[in-house]
Amino acid sequence: MPDKVRVRITVNGARHDLLVEPRTLLADLLRGDLALAGTHLGCEQGVCGACTVIVDDVATRSCLVFAAQLDGSSVRTVESLAAADGTLHPVQRAFTQEHGLQCGFCTPGMLMAACELLERVPEPGREDIEESMGGNLCRCTGYQNIVRSVNAAGRLMADRTSSEQSGVRA
Amino acid sequence: MKPAPFEYAGPRELDEALDLLAEHGDDARVLAGGQSLVRLMNARQVSPAVVVDINRVPGLDTLGLFGDNGSSTLRLGATVRQRTSELSDEVAAHAPLLAEAGAQVAHAPVRARGTVVGSVAFADPSAELPAALLALDGLVKVRSRAAERTVAADDFFTGPFRTSLAPDEMVVAVDVPVATGRTGSAFVELTRRHGDLPVCGAAAVVGVGDDGRVSHVRVALCGADERPVRVPAVEAAVLGADDPAAFTEAAAVAADGTSPIPSCHGSADFRRHLARVLTARALRTAFARATSPKETTDA
Ligand SMILES: Cc1cc2nc3c(=O)[nH]c(=O)nc-3n(C[C@H](O)[C@H](O)[C@H](O)COP(=O)(O)OP(=O)(O)OC[C@H]3O[C@@H](n4cnc5c(N)ncnc54)[C@H](O)[C@@H]3O)c2cc1C
Ligand code: FES
Ligand code: FES
Repeated sequence: MPDKVRVRITVNGARHDLLVEPRTLLADLLRGDLALAGTHLGCEQGVCGACTVIVDDVATRSCLVFAAQLDGSSVRTVESLAAADGTLHPVQRAFTQEHGLQCGFCTPGMLMAACELLERVPEPGREDIEESMGGNLCRCTGYQNIVRSVNAAGRLMADRTSSEQSGVRA
Repeated sequence: MKPAPFEYAGPRELDEALDLLAEHGDDARVLAGGQSLVRLMNARQVSPAVVVDINRVPGLDTLGLFGDNGSSTLRLGATVRQRTSELSDEVAAHAPLLAEAGAQVAHAPVRARGTVVGSVAFADPSAELPAALLALDGLVKVRSRAAERTVAADDFFTGPFRTSLAPDEMVVAVDVPVATGRTGSAFVELTRRHGDLPVCGAAAVVGVGDDGRVSHVRVALCGADERPVRVPAVEAAVLGADDPAAFTEAAAVAADGTSPIPSCHGSADFRRHLARVLTARALRTAFARATSPKETTDA
């Protein structure tokens, strides 16, 4: 067996110092080593987007990166969204309100792609959403409600920012 | 965990990477963006014994102008992401074809990791960027432990997923001469779905002289042959033209002598048809961009 590789990686704010087999994909590390099974694996060839997580602020297919490549990196998964008391993140609330999911298989990837987009472009237009999320497949919703959800999430997050600025708790 | 076991190397110097390639040759694979390699490894279509991750090698992420007067060539190093290139002001100003072709590769999250050079080295006959590099008269900068050489894009692509790279060599950068004078370019393609590899695509670069006639032209195709190809017959027919109608006529020979690889996405005949239609479209758009004052890139 080849030598294991040391990976110091921050996942959802927690630091880990791990020895992994070189062939461990980021998705394997998350789901297996760290028991964070919220990240879903569909195609394992970059096509479906279900496995999308945020690596160093960039939406990334966790099925197409080896954990060994990410020594020193910081990763956020769908588990980072809801607060410890279960309060949903605005993006999660928007997907619930706007029926942006049915079976939910694609949802972790959709949510993380949406978060990354909204961090870059707080008020995305339809084109921005299609460009950032057009590579995420959904077999259920027909996509229209997902686009609506992302728009609604942008509004919820803008409200939250403005109420935080005026000192009011949302 | 799908890939077969392998040894991971993350060299921090170019020489270290080249030593590994010299030592392991065919058993080693360079890992750039991984957006093709890891997919193939997941499916065990490729099972290298050693993976050489070049992402920590300093200097390979250069993106900028250099040359005699400091500005004649645009260089993209081996770890420049497709997304970075597509959004770069320098690429937009000096090699807009690369940006236009790059924006049609896959989806944004794939382009955020995938590299321009990785796409060139992978040499998928349907891929956009190798065809764009051909139309731009690009150069491929190659290094091994023993030597350094520069290969014209025309000589680099030798077949489907095959290049003139030796097992101990890697690509360190691609160089593109910057657009000068009244030049326009265009990349057009047909895909089954947004973000898919094209069934066929055409890249055109058109330079227009003071007399309003085409003084320089390059046409390259992807998905139309076993490798990305230039189309000299069309280029010859277009030279000297000053009327867009001439482009459609010239494009009629775009598929002559090609051997398209048929697949479920398009038969050989359909690909030949697309080669003609897309070549005409790319030429007309490139000419319009070269001649419309707004779009002119006067250097
Ligand atoms: C869902 C999806 C859709 C896609 N759609 C498209 C598309 O529409 N059009 C398109 O063109 N591509 C598409 N791709 C492929 C993508 O563009 C890849 O990024 C590209 O083919 C390879 O670049 P990379 O940097 O990821 O290379 P890697 O995957 O790291 O490497 C690819 C191959 O090139 C070799 N290599 C890489 N860099 C070097 C180097 N510097 N020197 C020597 N050898 C090297 C590797 O050893 C490997 O064999 C798609 C991929 C996915 C996952
Ligand atoms: S599982 Fe990674 S893109 Fe489908
Ligand atoms: S909700 Fe079922 S795949 Fe998207």
